[in-house]
Amino acid sequence: MDCSHVFEFKFNRLIVVFTLFSMFLLVSLGAKAQVDTLHKVEETHGETAEKKKFEIGKFALHHIADSHSWHVIGETYIGLPIVLFADGKVVTFNDNDFNHDNDAKVVVEKDGQRFVKMHEKIYFASATANEHGQYVELNEKHHPENKRPLDFSLTKNTCTLLLSVVLLLVVFISVGNSYKKRHGKSPKGLQSWVEPIILFVRDDIAKPNLGHKYERFMPYLLTVFFFIWFNNMLGLVPFLPGGANLTGNIAVTMVLAVITFLVTVFNGNKHYWKHIFWMPGVPVPMKIFLMPLELIGIFTKPIALMIRLFANITAGHILVLSLICLIFVFNSIWVSAASIPFAIFIGGIELMVAFIQAFIFTILSALFIGMAVEEHH
Amino acid sequence: MDLLIPEVGLVVFQTIAFLLLMFLLGKFAWKPVMAAIKEREQFIDDSLNKAELANQEMARLAAQNEDLMKQARAERDEILKEAKKLKDNIVNEAKTSAQTEGAKLIEKARIEIENQKKAALAELKGQVSTLSLDIAERVLRSQLDDKAKQQDLVNSLLKDVELN
Repeated sequence: MDCSHVFEFKFNRLIVVFTLFSMFLLVSLGAKAQVDTLHKVEETHGETAEKKKFEIGKFALHHIADSHSWHVIGETYIGLPIVLFADGKVVTFNDNDFNHDNDAKVVVEKDGQRFVKMHEKIYFASATANEHGQYVELNEKHHPENKRPLDFSLTKNTCTLLLSVVLLLVVFISVGNSYKKRHGKSPKGLQSWVEPIILFVRDDIAKPNLGHKYERFMPYLLTVFFFIWFNNMLGLVPFLPGGANLTGNIAVTMVLAVITFLVTVFNGNKHYWKHIFWMPGVPVPMKIFLMPLELIGIFTKPIALMIRLFANITAGHILVLSLICLIFVFNSIWVSAASIPFAIFIGGIELMVAFIQAFIFTILSALFIGMAVEEHH
Repeated sequence: MDLLIPEVGLVVFQTIAFLLLMFLLGKFAWKPVMAAIKEREQFIDDSLNKAELANQEMARLAAQNEDLMKQARAERDEILKEAKKLKDNIVNEAKTSAQTEGAKLIEKARIEIENQKKAALAELKGQVSTLSLDIAERVLRSQLDDKAKQQDLVNSLLKDVELN
């Protein structure tokens, strides 16, 4: 499938956007990493020398994980609302109440219930603190064993999700309106930017895989394509409106994959199910042998979709973060001479990956649905 | 490992948000956009088809014109030819009719002349007989007078006759 024209199209503009983006990335991430290191140094002051070392893995994982607060710049954080469903009651408070504690040391009492936050997860607090002053019981792997309330907080990812939904609605409803307004005329402005991509989804993704039935599935394919693409791009923006790792979150990719799975299963025709349960054209023992394999195949396809998107986006984020963090690992400004060009290079690749992963998720969804609705002769 | 465990809250929010997004975009964005794109493509196809048809029609008309011209030319030639033939016929006819008419007139004139001649001869004969009778009368009279004189008279009469 030839999709190179999408990249040639406005390639120069991409370069400009990317250059600006990399500049912000360096400024913002650099500041953040420095602040975090200072924190670590302050916190661990007086502990063993080994602990003072900058922990690159923890730092990167912390950044790609969901969070109850939103880092703005330096020491400024926006505390996001926490909504818990605990013991049949809805409990709400703000993350600021934890006073930036992320180690289960601060207990928030609300509506007669006590909560602590550890590694950005909310737990029911233990009655007494352990020897480190933490109100949780840790197992041998230092994971809390306390029970967790159902957490429906507006986390960083949820906020980004809502933001991206609003953004997508604004962009595409305005495009839809301009199609109505400029009826029968050539596209203009935002319309002419979006139309080639819509046509790309229709002509290169939907039509080859779904045949003449493509129209029914266009709303899903277009929505999933633009949702993933927009969020991949938002995830690459390192400062406030972006910076969340939404499409690199397993919950998000799982929901998308489950929707593809459900669309596939509910649209599967009798040929599709016959191929799964009683493969035509092979001997009976083979039919019996193939049945469980095909059955597993129904589930592995969406699982692969889920993992692919999650892993690609997460890996990209970790890579960029790690390259920037090398400066702090070696604690020398000279490392930036190597790590920053590399981070820019990876960032550029990530811009392509943002598009390619959206494209791959959509085309594989179309392929799976196409296999289910295909008519045999 | 925490990365691989989906958070319930985000799953719920993502499901609601995505389905809502799909519903709203499907209703207010994809539907008009796809319809407009399809309609425009249809329009372009139609226009191209129409242009093609118009071209064919024009070629057909041109061929028809050519045919008509040829036909008209042939007809003109035919008419000219016929006219020429007609003219020749008329001229010939006129000639023959003039000839026959002329001949008729000549014949008529000849007959008239003949008749006139006959009439003149008849009249002459009549006069001659009168004269002859006159002469005979006079001769007879003179004979009755004098022989010599009678002779002279006859002579002179004869002379007159001869003169006549």
